[in-house]
Amino acid sequence: MAAVTEPATAPVLELRDVDAGYGPFRAIFDVSFSLARGRVLALLGSNGAGKTTIARVCSGLIVPTSGKVVYQGDDVTGQRAYKYARHGIIHAPEGRSVFASLTVAENLELTFRRSRGRNGVKKGLDEAFTMFPRLRDRRHQIAGTLSGGEQRMLSLARVIVERPRLLIADELSLGLAPIVVDEVYRTLEQIREAGTTLLIVEQHVHHALGIADDAIVLVKGEVAYSGPVSELGDLQSRVLGGGGGEGPVGV
Amino acid sequence: MEKLLGALIDGVAFGCVYALLAVGLTLAYKTSGVFNIAFGVQAFASGAIYYQLHVNDGWGILPAFIISVIIVAPLIGAILDRFLFRHLRSAPSMARLITALGLLVAIPQIVLLKFNQTEATRPTGIVPGGDVPYHIFGATLSRDQLSIMVCAVIVAVGLVLVFRYTALGIRMRAVVESPRMAELAGTDADRIGTAAWMLSSLVAGLAGVLLPTVTSQVGDIYYTTLLTAAIAATVLGSLTSIPLAFFGAIGLGVVQELLNRYLPTNSVLASNLRPSLPFVVLFLVLILSPRLRNKRELTDPLSSVDPPPPAPAAGQRSRELTIGTRVAGVLFGLGIGYYVFFHGNASVVGQGIQVVIYSIIFCSIVVITGIAGEVSFAQATFAGIGGFASAQLSSSAGMSVIFTIIIGGLIAAAVGAMLAIPALRLGGIFLTLATYAFALFFDNVIVSLSWVSGGLFPVVAPRPQLGSIDFASDRSFLVLCLVFLVIVGVIVMQVRSGTTGRYLSAVRGSEVAAASVGISPTRARITAFALSAGIAGVGGALLASYEGHANKIDYNATLGLFWVVIVVTLGSRTVEGAIQAALGFVLFSARVLPDWIPWIINHVQPFLHVDSLPNAVQFIFFGFGALTYAKHQEGILEANKVKSLAWVQGKIDRFKSGGRTKPGAAAVDTPGAAP
Repeated sequence: MAAVTEPATAPVLELRDVDAGYGPFRAIFDVSFSLARGRVLALLGSNGAGKTTIARVCSGLIVPTSGKVVYQGDDVTGQRAYKYARHGIIHAPEGRSVFASLTVAENLELTFRRSRGRNGVKKGLDEAFTMFPRLRDRRHQIAGTLSGGEQRMLSLARVIVERPRLLIADELSLGLAPIVVDEVYRTLEQIREAGTTLLIVEQHVHHALGIADDAIVLVKGEVAYSGPVSELGDLQSRVLGGGGGEGPVGV
Repeated sequence: MEKLLGALIDGVAFGCVYALLAVGLTLAYKTSGVFNIAFGVQAFASGAIYYQLHVNDGWGILPAFIISVIIVAPLIGAILDRFLFRHLRSAPSMARLITALGLLVAIPQIVLLKFNQTEATRPTGIVPGGDVPYHIFGATLSRDQLSIMVCAVIVAVGLVLVFRYTALGIRMRAVVESPRMAELAGTDADRIGTAAWMLSSLVAGLAGVLLPTVTSQVGDIYYTTLLTAAIAATVLGSLTSIPLAFFGAIGLGVVQELLNRYLPTNSVLASNLRPSLPFVVLFLVLILSPRLRNKRELTDPLSSVDPPPPAPAAGQRSRELTIGTRVAGVLFGLGIGYYVFFHGNASVVGQGIQVVIYSIIFCSIVVITGIAGEVSFAQATFAGIGGFASAQLSSSAGMSVIFTIIIGGLIAAAVGAMLAIPALRLGGIFLTLATYAFALFFDNVIVSLSWVSGGLFPVVAPRPQLGSIDFASDRSFLVLCLVFLVIVGVIVMQVRSGTTGRYLSAVRGSEVAAASVGISPTRARITAFALSAGIAGVGGALLASYEGHANKIDYNATLGLFWVVIVVTLGSRTVEGAIQAALGFVLFSARVLPDWIPWIINHVQPFLHVDSLPNAVQFIFFGFGALTYAKHQEGILEANKVKSLAWVQGKIDRFKSGGRTKPGAAAVDTPGAAP
């Protein structure tokens, strides 16, 4: 397995020979890759290829049945998800990724309260609202009543303010209008410029490839390609087009 | 004016009793996602410990209070969280409700092993000189009452402050909505969950030591009765608003007190409305409140991280194994039947009849819970409606008993449908509460009417006669009951595999999706409720006929809760599960505890001689049984069936292939399972 490595720095996160799944069902097989600091990795594949499962392994939601998860040189396999979060790994899960029963401000407070303490909350909220003025108007609104795009903004707002080491963004464009998707990706661009390493899970390949340095292509839970985006070339259409599942999506 | 003011003050004082429970219940639901119906018995545990230490053992107020409230109560909460509810955080709310129900059954019996509640009279509160009276505007309040009022206000205000100004409140709510997403935000969901349980249990403990001064005895039944009344206030706050629950409870106390003073005594209205007011309010709030309409609980967006539930055993086994197990089952049944019918003495035949009748009644739980996916607490009441109707019609109208049994079932079905219609807009827990309100209302008001239960003397319910065949003897009645069971069983199986069953499982899966393909959730649910109530009614009528009269004690609402616990624990998906539950229900108290277990104990070791085990063991056993529901929501028997079938199937496969392949190939490689 050709690992995507940068010589000088230790990788932020590394998966070594990871198998994982759900109860008796295995979803990914012998997956290895590493995320170099400051780079953007796109995880590509058709429906059911195992992208979300890998994202969940990377944030500690799923414990691998075999293999290791290594964070900045330390083995973190089997640690609970909140530990991963406290290490600086933020996972924006696919679908609804905000607490629908809490207000907009409370959603942000939940994160800021721990990382910045009681007195830092207000400053964090201000930063988030400066970035997304629309959220300021809705700060007391229940997050479940926000539109899909606004919910994404809300989950990205905490990322921008937090400046995590690693952001795992799972299907951020799902169900959003193209113009909103563009906005989301502009935000990702900002997050990247602030020095965050990104792992992007995406079915809309051209969006993901527009921002990514490296790519991994998954077919039926196994890594079919791993390397720089520039060398992906024809493999893109070949693998994503004919690679099982339900055929090409959004290519 | 003086009188009114006095009534108001007394009402507020009593409302504070409700308020303490209502606020505690709201807190538990809000912070742990569990409608903790065992809140009352948790309070009872602390109340009993306080009474034991303070009154029986002569400890001072403060040390007894510290042990029972500050230490033991949160400890109970921590234990419950660690061993039970932690594992249920992503489970459907029904699973959590059933587990709490198991605790409701088990905890009092455990406490009573060491605590004699019949002698626990004249309890004292947490202030010295509790009965010193104070006169305020024509009302007389004791120091105990004042202490309750002060505590209720402190608890309510304190909790509101906690929720408004600390991060703990936000964290607890986040963990209830999605423990996994809370972890992604860096919150230790397990620790927050434990804290939530300890906090709500602390409030339960406080309520536990305060309330006995009102009821003048420390008994689990008082706590549970007060708690069911407090549910009305909790629902007024939509289960989530502490201030609304608080003021709702005060309002309830005031209205009850006003009715007390101003309704003419001895009138039918007064003697019935007063005790049932909380249930009437609960029912009305549930069906009328627009806030509860279509209120669905939020599902965890990350619930797909959990492995999918196992497929039912019947669907997994191969054809030959199906035939094999069916033949074995039929032979086993015939063998038992042969023994009971031809060799059993009178008590064995009697137990056989009870098993069959309870199997019928439990089939109604299979319909409503196993197929429709709703929990009804009113099944005992439906059985009662069938029993009373059948008995009244046959003894006073002189109709043929066979017909009255069926008519009893039809009346119960009609009542079930009528109950379902207004309650249908409610989902999940609120629907369950509506059935509970109905059951309690029936228990407290309707049952005592003479045209229902016959008042003091239970209505006589004769055995049926069909032409020249008389079912007066127990053996012949057993055959009749078996016929009814077969008919009911076939109906249930047909419904499950037929259109209605598919509609119901579609609605259960996703109401929106079901509606979008043209299924009316309303119609499907009404059908399920009516059918379930009808089956329970027939069973209740047979029970009355077996016993010779319709006993209201057989149809008690609390008994209905116990039924739900047993059936759901053992397996509510199948008719088989219902029969097994009936076997457990009847035989445990009749045979296993008095005869079988002592026999085994006395034969395996010579040191300890046991005569009989107390009946409490049954409740503890089944109560804890419900806790296995946390792990096996398909029912513990069903789970083991799946296991043993897989084992047998493995043996068969290995035999067939000459021992080359491994049984039950370990991991199924299905990338499609990844969501």
